[in-house]
Amino acid sequence: MSLFKLGKVHVPHRKNTAEAIPVRMPAPAQVSISMLHHIGAPATPVVKPGDKVYVGTLVGEAAGYVSSPVHSSVSGTVKKIEKTLVSAGKEIDSVVIESDGEMTPDPDLRVPEITDFASFSAAVRASGLVGLGGAGFPTSVKLDAIGKGIIKRLVLNGAECEPYITSDTRTMVEKSDLLREGVELLCRFCDFEEVVFGIEKNKPEAIAKLKDVFADMPKVRICPMPSTYPQGGEKILIYNTTGLVVPEGKLPADVGVIVMNVTSLAFLASYVKTGMPLVEKVITVDGSAIASPANVIAPIGTSLGEVIEFVGGTSCEIGKILLGGPMMGVAVWTDAHPVLKTTNAITVLSERDAAPPKSTACIHCGRCVSACPMGLQPTYFARALNISDKREMCERLEDEKIGLCIECGCCSFVCPAKRPLVENNRLAKAAVREYKTSTAAAGKKGGDK
Amino acid sequence: MDKQLVISSSPHIRSTASTSRIMLDVIIALVPTTVMGVLLFGIRALAVIAACVVSAVLGEFLFNLIAKKPQTVGDLSAVVTGLLLALNLHADVPIWQCVIGSLFAIIVVKCLFGGIGCNFANPAITGRIFMTLCFTASVGGGASLAFGKPEVADLTTSATPLELLSKESDALPSLLDMFLGFKSGAIGEVCGAAILLGFLYLVIRRVIHFEVPLIFVGGVFVLSLAITGNPLVSLYHVLSGGLLLGAVFMATDYVTTPITRLGKMIFAFGCALITVLIRFYGTYPEGVSFSILIMNILSPYIEKWTLKRPLGGAEK
Repeated sequence: MSLFKLGKVHVPHRKNTAEAIPVRMPAPAQVSISMLHHIGAPATPVVKPGDKVYVGTLVGEAAGYVSSPVHSSVSGTVKKIEKTLVSAGKEIDSVVIESDGEMTPDPDLRVPEITDFASFSAAVRASGLVGLGGAGFPTSVKLDAIGKGIIKRLVLNGAECEPYITSDTRTMVEKSDLLREGVELLCRFCDFEEVVFGIEKNKPEAIAKLKDVFADMPKVRICPMPSTYPQGGEKILIYNTTGLVVPEGKLPADVGVIVMNVTSLAFLASYVKTGMPLVEKVITVDGSAIASPANVIAPIGTSLGEVIEFVGGTSCEIGKILLGGPMMGVAVWTDAHPVLKTTNAITVLSERDAAPPKSTACIHCGRCVSACPMGLQPTYFARALNISDKREMCERLEDEKIGLCIECGCCSFVCPAKRPLVENNRLAKAAVREYKTSTAAAGKKGGDK
Repeated sequence: MDKQLVISSSPHIRSTASTSRIMLDVIIALVPTTVMGVLLFGIRALAVIAACVVSAVLGEFLFNLIAKKPQTVGDLSAVVTGLLLALNLHADVPIWQCVIGSLFAIIVVKCLFGGIGCNFANPAITGRIFMTLCFTASVGGGASLAFGKPEVADLTTSATPLELLSKESDALPSLLDMFLGFKSGAIGEVCGAAILLGFLYLVIRRVIHFEVPLIFVGGVFVLSLAITGNPLVSLYHVLSGGLLLGAVFMATDYVTTPITRLGKMIFAFGCALITVLIRFYGTYPEGVSFSILIMNILSPYIEKWTLKRPLGGAEK
């Protein structure tokens, strides 16, 4: 346990939907299921137009180690496979399925047979699970660290530090039994010294519930955390719950920790009982343009517009639609964008709230420096990015540890001059990557001579 | 969907803090000091304040206009500079000197270095020092108009309460008078009580960290005590000259102090040390302005030494 907690930015909570029991939306007429939901390689489509599919039918198989299979979220007929633009800027295959409205589960789905770690790992991979906290790292890849025998602690992320979002809160309150089963399941394959739930104190119901459910498991610790942002950032969460520091360039597994989102764990527990892969998500629909905020269970691939319509639409003109919350969510360009595996919230902002603020000169107030949970100097990056000499710029940025930036947005949030600090950091990271690739290529070329 | 949605980088919400709001808070915090200054020194003080503020704002406005830079007077920082400079002056300073000092502070110290956020020295402090050097008779620790005889004392020869104290003179004001402002001095420097109010406001509004004024003022007290061995003299040192005004409003300037919290504390201690050294061993009776200016110059180095260690950052 750490004495001083990291992450102390007061963002508004706006947990309007904390009490809202998720409502299942009816089968959409059509879904567009992207082959890419995470970092890593997109899945390869294994269906063709005209194929009959059911809920849970495999439509895309994992292409490589860091990749994850994709399943149909409705029953119906494959209409087409088309290239669609994703927010990362690439064109990725999407399988478009026309729903028959029946939502018939695939009759071939089987409960996975789990006897040892290898069969468990295969089952996790087949479930299509990726980290549901937002980053979407394929869970099977992460859990493989357990097989290596280096893991001592399991940290379960129930911080949910973004404004508005309550889908993890609902998981902890409603599916605490599944969480118990999930912890027991993982404990079969790894002798954890400790299992810690990190939950922000603004979720007293979830904390009480989990304390009750895990009362007889001494190795499980429910760790209430300050209700400040960004408690859910992986490295912040690990530090604040266990006191461990993940060194630069290393993974949590290197300090013996695996971090898992609570909703991911609950899904895993339900998958090993039912065999139904990841095909639907609990989504918080909220934001200044939403008339009545709600939690919705939506099939993956449903268009955002349909989900928004289902909760009763908007109360004013839409300015911005975000996948995720307002601190780290990604702005999308159309409400036709599909729900992804990692979508835990749809935040819709009014035109007034969507307008980017006018940025003025840095007044050196140091708020960004105090706010940065990683101990970085955000204003320095902005200055280094202005250096015209590429090599000098990249060296300076690396000295200042640009690679440690977790892009949580604290610096931009607190800046009184409204400077786009985190945006600068992203540009800086890209510049360093680009410089390294170009020098590596040049070095290779020189070596060939 | 025909409508163009806004696409921008996260975060999509911002805090309510803004540069102009911070400057407004500083102005609000200076209201008690300003009001007390006008009450103590009369309408002449108001004229000095008006001259400084108007010429600072106008100076920045015209500079931006001529240099074809985006207009920045809306951020209110020029108002703060003008007001602070005025509060550092005597009520009997000729208006034309106020105008020149104010223009120097804004144009030479601030605008020529790139405007808000780019100046390395505090404009009001540097403006005051400029005026001290140019018009020695009018600035700083001399005599007042409203209280005491309207003698025009030379800055370097006028009797400070400290000198009076050492001579056990009857002219020495009581500690309470010193705290409330019934003594000679600059418009905004005399009333410690009003400055304290402003300090509390700024801390509550989280505009400044409480440590900086505390270390600066506390440092002067402790160091004076170490030198004189007399707590009473040390208290007079705390309440005299521009210490309180400087510690609360100028040593806490964002632009010209280190960005890190530890750096700010070192900055404050450095100010205290230099102030005491000048007061006890220098030729000038008052050292606050010079101490802040010297520490302004050292700020980038202090900042560099006190940068936070990144979480898990590998050593090179």
